[in-house]
Amino acid sequence: MIKVTIDMDKCQHYGQCCFEAPDVFSLDGAGHIVYVAEVADDRRADVESAADVCPMQAIEIS
Amino acid sequence: MAGVVIIGAGLGGLRVAETLRASGYEGEVTIVGDEIHLPYNRPPLSKEALAGGVEVADLEFRRKAHVDDVTWKLGSPAVTSSIKEGTVTLADGTVLQFDALAVAAGIRPRRLPIPGPQAGRVVLRTAEDARELRAALVPGAKVLIMGAGFIGCEVAATARKVDCEVNIVALDAEPMIRPLGAELGAGMRRRHEANGVNFYLGRTITSFNGTDHVESATLDDGTVLACDIVVEAVGSMANVEWLDGNGLDLGDGLSVDDAMIVEGTTNVVAVGDLARHHNALFSGPKRRIEHWNMPTETGKRAGQTLAALLAGDEVSQAPFSAMPSFWSDQYSHKIQSFGMPGNATRIEIVSGNPDEACIAEYFDESGLVGVIGIDKTSELAPYRKLLMERG
Ligand SMILES: Cc1cc2nc3c(=O)[nH]c(=O)nc-3n(C[C@H](O)[C@H](O)[C@H](O)COP(=O)(O)OP(=O)(O)OC[C@H]3O[C@@H](n4cnc5c(N)ncnc54)[C@H](O)[C@@H]3O)c2cc1C
Ligand code: SF4
Repeated sequence: MIKVTIDMDKCQHYGQCCFEAPDVFSLDGAGHIVYVAEVADDRRADVESAADVCPMQAIEIS
Repeated sequence: MAGVVIIGAGLGGLRVAETLRASGYEGEVTIVGDEIHLPYNRPPLSKEALAGGVEVADLEFRRKAHVDDVTWKLGSPAVTSSIKEGTVTLADGTVLQFDALAVAAGIRPRRLPIPGPQAGRVVLRTAEDARELRAALVPGAKVLIMGAGFIGCEVAATARKVDCEVNIVALDAEPMIRPLGAELGAGMRRRHEANGVNFYLGRTITSFNGTDHVESATLDDGTVLACDIVVEAVGSMANVEWLDGNGLDLGDGLSVDDAMIVEGTTNVVAVGDLARHHNALFSGPKRRIEHWNMPTETGKRAGQTLAALLAGDEVSQAPFSAMPSFWSDQYSHKIQSFGMPGNATRIEIVSGNPDEACIAEYFDESGLVGVIGIDKTSELAPYRKLLMERG
């Protein structure tokens, strides 16, 4: 499993991550980011891409 | 083994290195940076970091483990190069040999030749620039901003946050008019005015006055504006002078093909703010796009190209296609853009109005080319999807 965390002090809720891994990151009705904290290993490439495109560099993966 | 030399230790350079390794390239990778820092994130320099303090360690990009073995040469710029000989010479005299070269040197702010004292005139591109500006942003300081683009407007909002007096002088009719258009630009101007910023639009500065340090500026209509600090945010120039003498067209960055290979070369790629490229999603001439997401898009493609080239494999010439995307924070407002709104010949506000949360669609002859939302981030995803379908 991959552990995903978003640093909520940094996140500005732009939702760029959602385009790379929509099954992991999404914006709720109020425009706040919601995400799945544990994802299967085969999703690593997309989760890495999401971390790359995050303008606030708020996404941590381990 | 000469390997790959990457000039520019910014976002684009980092992405090239990561992608080379991810694509299986095992040779030498050397990244040369003019700045002393490892790659760090610039957008906060006009926003949170300018307001709260510039700590480069907090701004550094997360570096993937597979780039642990690249060689960083920081603090000495490339000054000359010979593509034919496969060499780059740095300011400290080091000569680097390369099999392939990646140009990721970005841009620098343009300085206008305006008479008067130099001290007190700053630009904003690096962490050091941001530190210098931040030191001057004390309550009551008179800040004069030249240029009403995104960086000028973001600095204005940040300076108001710390209670500076802010004047913006710009030739344009409205702030951020090129991407936003006149109506949304005017809406953003009114937000700035409501926060206490004064605009002098359609004006230029003809001279700075003061003995050693700038004390005031004279505009072309004779207005004199007192100032303690001047922020010059009036466009950019590509960092390509060190490529002089290689027979390349250096007029507006570097022209690249769909694989990011620089026109007129076989083993040189260019990425990020200085790469002028086609985009399969949008028609028209090659363009440089100074948006944060492009160094990643172009850097990944360039890394794949070099890995294939150096492995002796065929380089993919598939059309380059990437969605330009831009955001900006000013006061509590969030502007977000997808596509090429600056290309539009017709703009339609489809939700809200320019003084409130709103969405505008941008069209040219080919149809929808861009969308911009102010405080409407969560409603833009469907538009991005529509724009992606142009490809
Ligand atoms: C203050 C500010 C705010 C921004 N805000 C936003 C925003 O909100 N949204 C957005 O989309 N974009 C924003 N941007 C734009 C975004 O940061 C850039 O598009 C991005 O940094 C470009 O990356 P790059 O790798 O092409 O160039 P750079 O990040 O500029 O990296 C190039 C590096 O190469 C170095 N270099 C230059 N010449 C040489 C040489 N001869 N030898 C060696 N090294 C050299 C430079 O010093 C630099 O470190 C902002 C930019 C700034 C400056
Ligand atoms: S891309 Fe980054 S800043 Fe934007 S919503 Fe995702 S985590 Fe937050």
